[in-house]
Amino acid sequence: MHGRPRKPLKEEDESVLSAKAEKLRLLQSQFLANHQNRIYSKEALDLSAKLLENNPECYTAWNYRKLAVQHNLSQSDSDSVASLFDQELKLVENALRKNFKSYGAWHHRKWVLSKGHSSIDHEMRLLNGFQKADPRNFHAWNYRRLNILPFDKEKKNLPFERLVSFFFCFDITFRFVTDLMKRSDEDELKYTEEVIGENFSNYSAWHNRSAILSNLLKRKAEGFSHKEKVLQEEYEHVRNAIFTDPDDQSGWFYHLWLIDQTVKNGAPLLVSSWPSRGSTITLNGHGNNRLHGLSLLNSTLSGTTTLPIILYFNQAVEGINSSTVAVKSEILKEDLVWKPLSVNNSSTAQVWVVYLKLGNMELQLSKTYSIEITIGYSAGIVSSNGYHYGDPSQIAFELCVQTAHTEPVEGQYPKLTSWKDSDFQKIDHFEESNFVTSTDHHIPTTSNWCREAIDEEITNYQDLLSDCKIGKLTLARLLTALDSLSPEHDKRKKHTDEILKLYTELMKLDPTHSLYYKDEHSLVLLQQITSSEESLLPHCHYYKDATETNTSYVCLRLQNLSLSRMGSIKNLLWVQMLDLSHNELRSIEGLEAMQLLSCLNLSHNKLGSFTALGPLRSLKSLKVLNISHNELGSHSIDTRRYLCSSPLAHTEVFAWDRFEILCGSYSATKFWEAFLIFESLNLTDLNITGNAVADENFTSFIVKVLPTLKYLNDEEL
Amino acid sequence: MGELVADKHVRYILSVEKKKDSFESVVMEHLRMNGAYWGLTALDIMGKLDTVDTNEVVSWIMSCQHESGGFGGNVGHDPHILYTLSAVQVLALFNKLDVVDVDKVTNYIVSLQNEDGSFSGDIWGEVDTRFSYIAICCVSILHRLDRINVEKAVKYIISCKNMDGGFGCTPGGESHAGQIFCCVGALAITGSLDLIDKDLLGWWLCERQVKSGGLNGRPEKLPDIMSGMLLMVGSF
Repeated sequence: MHGRPRKPLKEEDESVLSAKAEKLRLLQSQFLANHQNRIYSKEALDLSAKLLENNPECYTAWNYRKLAVQHNLSQSDSDSVASLFDQELKLVENALRKNFKSYGAWHHRKWVLSKGHSSIDHEMRLLNGFQKADPRNFHAWNYRRLNILPFDKEKKNLPFERLVSFFFCFDITFRFVTDLMKRSDEDELKYTEEVIGENFSNYSAWHNRSAILSNLLKRKAEGFSHKEKVLQEEYEHVRNAIFTDPDDQSGWFYHLWLIDQTVKNGAPLLVSSWPSRGSTITLNGHGNNRLHGLSLLNSTLSGTTTLPIILYFNQAVEGINSSTVAVKSEILKEDLVWKPLSVNNSSTAQVWVVYLKLGNMELQLSKTYSIEITIGYSAGIVSSNGYHYGDPSQIAFELCVQTAHTEPVEGQYPKLTSWKDSDFQKIDHFEESNFVTSTDHHIPTTSNWCREAIDEEITNYQDLLSDCKIGKLTLARLLTALDSLSPEHDKRKKHTDEILKLYTELMKLDPTHSLYYKDEHSLVLLQQITSSEESLLPHCHYYKDATETNTSYVCLRLQNLSLSRMGSIKNLLWVQMLDLSHNELRSIEGLEAMQLLSCLNLSHNKLGSFTALGPLRSLKSLKVLNISHNELGSHSIDTRRYLCSSPLAHTEVFAWDRFEILCGSYSATKFWEAFLIFESLNLTDLNITGNAVADENFTSFIVKVLPTLKYLNDEEL
Repeated sequence: MGELVADKHVRYILSVEKKKDSFESVVMEHLRMNGAYWGLTALDIMGKLDTVDTNEVVSWIMSCQHESGGFGGNVGHDPHILYTLSAVQVLALFNKLDVVDVDKVTNYIVSLQNEDGSFSGDIWGEVDTRFSYIAICCVSILHRLDRINVEKAVKYIISCKNMDGGFGCTPGGESHAGQIFCCVGALAITGSLDLIDKDLLGWWLCERQVKSGGLNGRPEKLPDIMSGMLLMVGSF
């Protein structure tokens, strides 16, 4: 029980308690005997009642009561039936007085009422008492809320409507009761208003309000078909609560939900793809011609036999397959299999990919092939909220082969990748004059009211928001919401600097949550960097290899930005070489979408477990990986374990046999996570120095797991 | 910073096991199976499981099993999913799962799944997401996860997701740390964690920490150790 201090018992109390225990024990064993022998006499029933009034948690006794009712029902006339049920309800009442949170008691009451018996006056008084004693009793709230039936106009003015405070409605199975007491969502909404009116700090009421409103909006019930109007009223509503007591959490959580409802657009949208619309992909080309500048639209790939096509949506969807997404091209001979890119083996994902097996296609040199993709070709693409993809959209791109793909000559190794500053050369301009970000797919179709509503909230809260943590956080969230409602590259309307400043202040103001604020800061920063040409260019470099040919990788360098989290991946699908070193990354969630990635530097970060590297398993092209100077093996507890699909999750196919062979005499528990990550990769270059886990045993284990490895820790094997 | 006085904890747990006549013990007689799980797991974590008589525990557990396959909270008490899980967990703790008819227990759990994917606690039909977790956890320990309708079970749990990212006991039920632990646990076991809004729920969970450092179970409630434990686990 909450709030009761523990005290050692005094001697007299001890003996009293002892006697009490003896009495209760006797009662319980007598009861169990009756139950065992199915005795339902009046005496036996009285005994069970006594037990339950003393100990309402004795669940078997509630079962016994139900059995007794069933037994005695068959032998009673209609009058005594009523009194039979009344007896049960009275018992529940008494039991609830002893412990008004007793699951067994509440359930027994529901069960009795489901038998078709009700006593409205009784219920009224009962709920009245309980909700006054504890307005947060979720048992009572649940009781009220159980599957409310649709609003019925004719029944609206029944006399019991006046007893408006303590009504409840029941499940369709409780038909008898519902005919009597049909309450609508609208009435329940009014009830929450009253409860909130009495005490703003009623989180339960706000929660129930959000549930009822969701329902009403979804049904487009009368008076609730205009989401804007409803939300506007709710904003006013919650404003009163927040201004009255800014420290109370209830209003703020509800407000956060309102912002989310305002900004989000139900239907799934394609926000990005690779290749992009209108791009040209060159295979085995001579690389970027540096005179032309960097092209994000057109990419050159070398040494690839599969071409990924990536679709990036604004939310998780399912139903991406060859009938909902049509891919047309003369080079395609078979149906394509789309795969969801998720770290768990889920059937819904925000990012979907298909791999074109170029080897099977007999592509001619210097010929250009066009490929046309129609997303939403037929219906079937659905978001996890049940919204369908809208009108079909199209992406067309071109593919050409510059030179023939040659297998690497035996003995000719790729060179060791170096990440030093001197190996990179800044790129000074982009090839395209229009900055074609992937986001030109996504044209916000939100009406003006969204922007106005958020604008108004910002104005209203400006004064209140200045000092308290939740105020600053809400302002940051509001500004982020506002920015999300205008096109990404439209810099005029962006408040990025202000948002970044707020999160930095929050890290100091509320240090216990600083990691959260840091994550949010990272997301906003990455958004800023990747959303326009002028902000992205400084981070783009050519990687100079020793031969100084024209062929050069383009590397995106994002070091020393205090990034604790990755984001804006939808703008980075084109990246083949990425430097994220010297940041504070604890996870690389989202990276699984970067299918073109072949060289990745994650050194000097805070990656604390192999499971945090989960996303890498999807990166088929990854050849060079630097995870040196992280915290692998430094933490005894892996907090990311369940985020990475693992043998423990029942959805993973784990190569146990190979693992056992490779592991040999080493401790399997230490290495299975590393095995999980690396066994599906074909790395040629790996650096793991500076991690607690990287001792001799581990190092030799990892070399066995990666037969394609040529360089380990910057040394040739 | 002090050290955990493990010996004292071990002695306490063993004493509670023996003190069957105290008032506390009597009033909670019906959930002794749960108590056994908590006590024995604690002993196991401290490496002291050998201080109890395995055979005694195992035969007492088996005496609580019913024809239906389910286990009651103590001898003579009706079967319920709550105690069935605890029984299976304790048997697993002692590595004695072979004494039980695994399929019989599985059938009991399977029989408690409803059309909508939810689970009832017992034949009397109380539905709660706690029972979803219990069912999933139990059949998972028995390596029979495929015997229940996992897809529907997950769908039901997700239908209990709220505006704050948390989960309630039934659809529309208020978010509660205990329910969140159960729902997140069930989704973890079934590999469905991607269906959770991690940032939103994570924030809600963080906000359970009050000034004293303790953790409460819901907004504006007092902190307590049960919520603390459930929250820490749920936050993973």
